[in-house]
Amino acid sequence: MAAHSRVRTPVEVTGAQSLVLALESVGVDTVFGIPGGAILPAYDPLLDSVKVRHILVRHEQGAGHAAEGYAAATGKVGVCMATSGPGATNLVTAIADAYMDSIPIVAITGQVSSAAIGTDAFQEADIRGITFPITKHNYLVTKAADIPRVIAEAFHLASTGRPGPVLVDISKDALQARTTFVWPPVFELPGYRPVTRPHHKQIREAARLIAEAKAPVLYVGGGVIRAGAAEELARFVELTQIPVVTTLMARGALPDSHPLHLGMPGMHGSVAAVTALQKSDLLITLGARFDDRVTGQLSSFAPHAKVIHADIDPAEIGKNRVADVPIVGDCKAVLADLIDEVDRDIDAGKAGDYEEWRQQTTGWKKSFPLGYTTPEDADTVAPQAVIEAIGRIAGPEATYVAGVGQHQMWAAQFVQYERPNAWLNSGGLGTMGYSVPAAMGAKVAEPDRVVWAIDGDGCFQMTNQELATCVINDIPIKVAIINNSSLGMVRQWQSLFYNERYSNTDLHTSVGRRIPDFVKLAEAYGCVGLRCERPEDVDATIRKAMEINDVPVVVDFVVHRDAMVWPMVPSGVSNDDIQVAKDTAPQWDREESEKIEEIEEREQQS
Amino acid sequence: MSKHTLSVLVENKPGVLARIASLFARRGFNIDSLAVGPTEHSDISRMTVVVDVEDLPLEQVTKQLNKLIEVLKVVELDGGSSVQRQILLVKVRADSVTRGQVLEMVQMFRAKVVDVATDALTIEATGSTDKLRALLEVLEPFGVKELVQSGLVAIGRGGRSITDRALRTA
Repeated sequence: MAAHSRVRTPVEVTGAQSLVLALESVGVDTVFGIPGGAILPAYDPLLDSVKVRHILVRHEQGAGHAAEGYAAATGKVGVCMATSGPGATNLVTAIADAYMDSIPIVAITGQVSSAAIGTDAFQEADIRGITFPITKHNYLVTKAADIPRVIAEAFHLASTGRPGPVLVDISKDALQARTTFVWPPVFELPGYRPVTRPHHKQIREAARLIAEAKAPVLYVGGGVIRAGAAEELARFVELTQIPVVTTLMARGALPDSHPLHLGMPGMHGSVAAVTALQKSDLLITLGARFDDRVTGQLSSFAPHAKVIHADIDPAEIGKNRVADVPIVGDCKAVLADLIDEVDRDIDAGKAGDYEEWRQQTTGWKKSFPLGYTTPEDADTVAPQAVIEAIGRIAGPEATYVAGVGQHQMWAAQFVQYERPNAWLNSGGLGTMGYSVPAAMGAKVAEPDRVVWAIDGDGCFQMTNQELATCVINDIPIKVAIINNSSLGMVRQWQSLFYNERYSNTDLHTSVGRRIPDFVKLAEAYGCVGLRCERPEDVDATIRKAMEINDVPVVVDFVVHRDAMVWPMVPSGVSNDDIQVAKDTAPQWDREESEKIEEIEEREQQS
Repeated sequence: MSKHTLSVLVENKPGVLARIASLFARRGFNIDSLAVGPTEHSDISRMTVVVDVEDLPLEQVTKQLNKLIEVLKVVELDGGSSVQRQILLVKVRADSVTRGQVLEMVQMFRAKVVDVATDALTIEATGSTDKLRALLEVLEPFGVKELVQSGLVAIGRGGRSITDRALRTA
C-alpha cells in the first residue's frame, strides 16, 4: 500500500464521494477531465474537494495527454476523467500512447447504469472491452463498495512493475448508491507479482561478459528514466567507462555532455550511436525493447554482439532479439547490483579493457557530429537552428515536450538534455497532438519549470484547443510551432521515396496562405502570439517568449519546408546503410575503415 | 508449427475469457482449442489452451499471459506427463443396413451410442485428440451429419496439484 495512505474512520457516503475520498487518499492532487451524463455524480463531491484540483480541458484526448505529461515529468501517477461513450472513447488515443511508452496514468470513466449496460443505451460504449489491448489492466465497477479497493489497486498497478495506464469504468448507479468508505482497502491482486530484484546469478553472468568484452555499448532505453535510475547509470558509466547510447525514450538518462555519450541510436540516430551498436560485441541493454525504429532490419542489427537484456517486463526479453543474459528486474536495482559486481571484478583485477574501442567510438562522434545545412536562401530559417536555440536559451532545467514528426526528431537531436524527464514525447505510438496537452500536464506538475512545447504545424492543429485550458487555469506553457506548412515527415518520405509527389501533405499554414494564422489564433485564445520569419530574429524571439510568464506564449517559427531529418536509415534497411544526407553514406577515413574491418575480422574469428 | 497445451489458472472474474481471447488475437497467436471451467477452488477457473506455435513464440505467449493481472499461473503440460482428453458428439448416418457396422466401430473405440434415430446414430466419445481423429476417420465413410467437439482438457500426472501451488504463491 502506498506510503501516503493512512487509516481513516469508515464513513457513510455515496459511491461518488467514496471515489473522491479514495483519490484524495492515494494522494491525487490534480485531475484533468470533462464531465458528462454518466460521470456527473462524481463531479458533485469533486467541487468540494480541497485536495484535488480538477482542470477542465476542452477535449478528452487533451485530458489523457495532460495526465501523461504530468506523470512523465514527475513519475507520479497522472489522472484523467471522462464520461461514458464518446468521453471515454476520446481517451483511447492517450491511453494507447501511455501503454506504448509505459506511462503511469489512471483513467476514470463514467458508465451507464448497470441495468442499462448491454442495451445500447445513450452514450454507452464498452470502454473496458475497447481498452483491453491498450491498458495494463482495467476495471468495470458496478458496486459502490468496490470503489476504494479498485482505485487503490489501479494506482498500485499503474505505478509499480512496468508502469502503464489503468482504466476504471464506474457505472452511474454505483456512483449514486450509498456505501461505507473504508480506508485502506485490502488488495485482491493474487496474480500480480512484478519482479524488481534481479537474480544474482544473472548479474554475475552479465559482469563476466562485461569484463570479457572488447567493444561493449550501453543501450539505454526509457526503462532507465521510468525507474529513476539515471544516477545509477552515471555511476556505472564512470566505473566501467563504457560508451552509451540513449534511445528516443531515454534522452536525458545520461547527460548529453558526457564524453562517452554517443547520442541517439535508430532511424534518425547519430552515426556514432548507430555504428557503435553495429560494431559492438556486447550490448548492455537496459530498459529498452529493440524497437524496429532502433534496430532497422532486425536480422542485421548489431550482428556481432552478445546481448545482456535487463527489463522489468519479462515479455520484452527475447521478444525481438534473443538475449544471452536475460535479467528480469527494475533498472535501478539491476544497475546497483551490476555496479557492486563489476566493482568486485575490478578489485580482483578483472577489469574490462575498452580503451581502443572508446577511442574509436569517440572518434566517430568527432568525425560525424550531428549537423544540418543552412538553407541556400539566407533569409529562410532552418528549423534545426530554431530548436537548437530554444535548447540553448531555455537550458537544461527546462522541460521540452515534442509532437511527432520532423520537429520531434530535431528536438531529440539538437536540444542538449542533461537530466531525466527533461524530454517528453510520444515515442511508441507516435501520437500527433501529444505536445500541447502533455506540456500543459508537465507545467501543472512542475509549475516552476519552463515548459516548451516544440510542435509542428500539423500536430499543433490536432490539440491546440487546450490553449484555452492553459489560459483559463494559469498554465503558462510556451509553444514553438516549427511551421514548415506541411506534414513534414510525410513530405520528407515523399521526397525520398515517392518521387517528390506531395500527396496531401501541404497544410497551407505559411506557404502561400496562412490558414490558420497561428498568431491570431494564439491571440484569440488569450495567449501571446509571436512570429519569427528571419534567421536573425530567432534568438530575440525566444528570449521574448522566455520573458512572458503570466500567459502561454505561442511562437510561429516559419521555417524552410525542404529541410530533412538526417542521418537516416530508411525503413526496413540495415543500420549499416545509414545515410548522413540524401544518398550519402558517412565517409570513413582509411584508418577508421581499417579499424572497423579489423574488429569484424576479430569477431568472425572468435 | 507444433502444438502446445497450456493450463492457465485465472481468477474467476467476469471478462477474463474476453481478456485472454483478446490477447491471443492481438498478438497473432493461433488457438487450436480452448476449454474453460471451474476448479476445486471457487475463485479460480482453469483454461486449457492448445496453441499452434514454435518454441520461441510459445515463450512469448506464456510471458504475455503471465502479464495479465488476473492470470495466476501458466503451466505447459506435455503429452508424456499429463492426461489429455477431449469429448466429441457426432451424428452418423446409419440405416438398417449400415447400423451394425457403425456399432462395431463404436465398440472398437469404446465410444457410446447416446441417441438412436431411424436413419442416424449419435455417438459420444472421449479420448486424446489422436484417438478421436481416428474414430472420425472410420465413421466418415458412413456420412457425418453433425459434429461437435469440446476443447482439450488436461491434467498433470502424479499426486501434486498446480492449483494448490498457485494459491500458495498468490
